This record gives sequence, C-alpha cells and structure tokens, in this order.
Amino acid sequence: MAYAIRAEGLVKKYGDFTALDGVDLEVPAGKVVGVLGPNGAGKTTTVRILATLMRPDGGHATIGGHDVVKDPVKVRQLIGLTGQYASVDESLSGVENLVLIGRLLGLSRRGAKVRAAQLLEDFSLTEAARKPIATFSGGMRRRLDLAASLVGRPQVLFLDEPTTGLDPHARQEVWDVVRRLVADGSTVLLTTQYLEEADQLADSITVFDKGRKVAEGRPGELKRRVGGQILQVRPTVAADVPQVAGMLAELTGHVPAQESGVLTVPADDPLVVAAVARRLDGAGITADELGLRLPSLDEVFLALTGHAPATEGQAVGV
Amino acid sequence: MSIQFPAGHAGPAGRVGLAQTARHSLALAGRGVTRFMKSPMQLVDVVLTPIISLLMFIYLFGDAMSGGDTDGYLQLVAPGVMVMAVFQASIGVGASLAADASTGIFDRFRSMPIARSSPLIGAVLADIVRYVVCLGALVLLALVMGYRVQSGPLASLAALALLIGFALSFSWISVYLGMLIKNPASVQGLMTILILPLTFASNVFIPREGMAGWLRAWSDVNPVSLVAETVRGLLGGGPVAGSLFGTLAWMAGVIVVFFPLALHAYRKNAV
Repeated sequence: MAYAIRAEGLVKKYGDFTALDGVDLEVPAGKVVGVLGPNGAGKTTTVRILATLMRPDGGHATIGGHDVVKDPVKVRQLIGLTGQYASVDESLSGVENLVLIGRLLGLSRRGAKVRAAQLLEDFSLTEAARKPIATFSGGMRRRLDLAASLVGRPQVLFLDEPTTGLDPHARQEVWDVVRRLVADGSTVLLTTQYLEEADQLADSITVFDKGRKVAEGRPGELKRRVGGQILQVRPTVAADVPQVAGMLAELTGHVPAQESGVLTVPADDPLVVAAVARRLDGAGITADELGLRLPSLDEVFLALTGHAPATEGQAVGV
Repeated sequence: MSIQFPAGHAGPAGRVGLAQTARHSLALAGRGVTRFMKSPMQLVDVVLTPIISLLMFIYLFGDAMSGGDTDGYLQLVAPGVMVMAVFQASIGVGASLAADASTGIFDRFRSMPIARSSPLIGAVLADIVRYVVCLGALVLLALVMGYRVQSGPLASLAALALLIGFALSFSWISVYLGMLIKNPASVQGLMTILILPLTFASNVFIPREGMAGWLRAWSDVNPVSLVAETVRGLLGGGPVAGSLFGTLAWMAGVIVVFFPLALHAYRKNAV
C-alpha cells in the first residue's frame, strides 16, 4: 500500500518537556486521518515536523516518500498547510493573498489570477474577494486559509485544528469544504480536539495523549474496542433514579454513571436489556428511554487515556 | 464545485536557486508595496519626522549652531538629515516582520517550496518605497529652503542611490532584532536607542572642526558621518573618495554580519 505520510518514532523535546515520545503514523494515500487529543498531546508538534517547520529530535518521517529533514524542498512541493492561526496577510484582500501565493509557486501573473478566481468560487468567497480580510467572519477567514493551502494543488494536506474557535455554523462550513476535498481524493491529516469532528470527517482516528499514540482505528472500531455497548436508561420520574441505579448495578455488575437523569452502564451481555425491562416492569417504574448504544468517542477517550477530553471552546493545543 | 489535485507543484527539486530566490523575493516585495498603497498613512512618519527635524534644526537652532550663517548651516545639515531620515525609516522593516512573526503567515511561507530568505529580502526591498517617498519630500523641502545642489544629475542620483543602499543594508540590523525578539514595539525602541548616538555623535549637525577630540575620533569612523560626508560631496561637488570607501565597507560589513544572523533567527523561529 502506498503511504502518503509515514512517520517512525518521532521524538521532540522542549527542554525537559517531551512533546513527542516516539510517535508512529501511517496515512495511506487518499485517506483522511484524524489525530485526536487534548491540549499538549503533541498534535501540532507532529504536524509541524511533517510540514518541515520543525526538525524532530529523533525518528524520521517521509511525505510521498521524501524525507522531511533531508529533502524539505521536495516535501514542500507536495504539501499544503492550514494552521491554527490566520496564515494569510490581513492587510491584503482575499484575491491578493491567493495571487501572491500563486506567484510564489511559479504561476504566471495570469495563471495566478485564474487559479485565485477558481478557488474563491469553490469556497464561496467570490463576493468578498476584494474586501479587506479584517471584515471577514471567522468561517470566511478559515475558508480563505484553506483556499490558500490549495493554490499549489497539494497531494497531502495538513489541517491543524481547522475549526478551533469557530462557532457551530462556521464549523459546519469548514467541514463541508473538507468533505469535498476528501471526495476529490486528497490525503488529509486533520488534528482536532473535537471528537465529533474526527468522527465526522476521518476514515481513521489516531488518539494522542501526552506525546504518545494511545490508540488508532476506524471510529467504529475504537468505540467497540472500549468494550461492548452501553446501556442507557432514563426513568420517567427523576425520583426513581437511585432505585434504577441499584437495579442496573445488580444486573450488570458495574456502577452506573448518572448525568441529568440518564443512567449509563457498560453492558457486556445484550440480553441484559430484557432483564432490565422486566425488573422495571415488576417495580412499576416506567422509562422514557431504554436501550443499547455504542459508546460515544468521549467515553472512548476517557477509557483510553484515563481523563476526559478537552471540552469545546478551550484554548489551542501545543 | 471542483477542487482537484492532479499532481504536485511544478517547481525545481532540491535546493532553491539564486534566480528563484530573486523571483520569490520580488513577489514578496510586491506584497509590501501593495500594503503601502493600501494604507499610505504608513508613510506619514517617514515624511513628517525628517521634515520637522530639518525645519527645527535650521529655524530653531540654526542661528545658535552656526553663529548667524543659517544658509551655510543648511548646506551642511540638509544632506545629514537625509542620512538620519533614511536610517530612521530603515527601522520599520524589523518591526513589521516581528508583527508578521506573531501571525501564521511565516508558517505558510516556510511550508512552501520557496527560498527561505525570500520573505525577509522581500520585506527589505519593499521599503525602498518608504525611502524614496522620504527622500523625495526631504529634497523638495531642502530646495525650497534654499539648499543648492552644485553637481550634475548623475552625481545627485548617485547620492540618492547611496542613501537608499545605506538604508537597505542597515535595515538588516532591524530585521535581525525583529526575528530575535518578535515584539514590534521593542524592536522600534531598541533601534531608536541604537540610532540616536550614531546620528547625534556624528557630523550631521556639528561640523567636524567643532568637535572635541574623542568625538571627532568616533565621528570619523561613524557610518552616519561617512555617508553624510559622501552625500555632501556628491551633491555639493566636493571630494568623496575617502568617505565613500568607508561607507561601502560599513554597508558590506553590516550585510555580511546581520543577513546570516537574521536568516538564522528566522529559521530558529520555526523550531
């Protein structure tokens, strides 16, 4: 299988702090890999090494078969990068930014203009093309940033927390753009703190924690790996919650978690649903919700790393 | 909607050559020039500061400094103020690059297959616009006030070219500081501290003959004095050979030291 991105044993230290502690990563061509982890997990450090912005202290990595340390110019010809911070010139307009990048990549003046117009059209920015970027919304800015990464038609695209700090609507806009890129067959490495984002966009997910890879697999596989399914019960009357919790503990052998009137507990045996239904019936308790589901990625994350993932709206990672 | 990825960038493999570096630098200089065109207010300081200096030194201190010969003093001071003005204008580039460093734009440039030095060289070259505007305003004012150019157009152009060359080479100090401390205000402040003793302990405002011995010794090797002396010679039709050699040596020296330092600091920013 051809790997667009391949990293082996990447190590990066900042003084005493080990940001990356031997990370391996393999991304087949044309796939989207989501790198998921909380702040400080090493996501951005990995992207910076792969995008030739930083040298690893140990290990090595190749993009399209070219070593990121030995052959950085070749690697830069293959990649596009959208970082966490605005990487466009805010004093220029959208079209001026894209034309500048086209010129830098060797396009003729005319060619650069044509390419810029095409990208602005693709990203629904044509109307705003000549306006100052200072007037752009957060979502428009990210879209322009993405467009800027695509001027050179990169084979491998790095998206470092592309929706951090965006409101849900703007996030949806960026997701739509990423989905279209994926449909066109680019290889994408996406870092995110948002489990839902990785779940939505990625073919496979790599979970980072404290500079190490703690798990990888398809979203569904990861959910299953954490162990079977989750039984979820919402008693109709909140006062019944303690009694139902007792029943669940007795039937499953696990102490149920409780959040806003909903009880969840790992269910190793699917037949337990029937047993719970009978017990509830016998006790005259009704439930608005009773069923099995796969664990959410939040629960997966908690199980894999021993701590909850960063919540939305938190600051950017390292 | 069609976003296609048929192939990688067209472009050379391996290292980026000299011709490419020049092309990238010019494209990025174009970026800087566009910025000036969009907000011409950025050019106000490089016009007003030297104009106020010239007016002040001639009409406020002129009498006292020259013992009544204000016109003679103007002939001495005008070329000196030109040197001071382009020197001050050369600070700006480090501050604006430091501001760039706080955004993601350098990451974009660093992740592109372009010459590493081109964002810096481009910014330095774009400032030629500032120097031309600054010198244009100053020369015009000096002529109105009664400054007399006694040489031909070629020598005058050579004087202007030398002033711009001086600013271009010395701006690498500001670029280095900008890449090193990455705080626009600090760069501006540090450079001002550096420039003040260079300009005031020079022959810009005081004729060499009026200086104390230690000051004269310093002034004789001070790059600002050397450039001022050369510009006076070129515009006034006097001898330039000695001071021109010193000026060029300083310009070359500053580039040899500060260009690699600036580039190193820029690279290190990434790590």
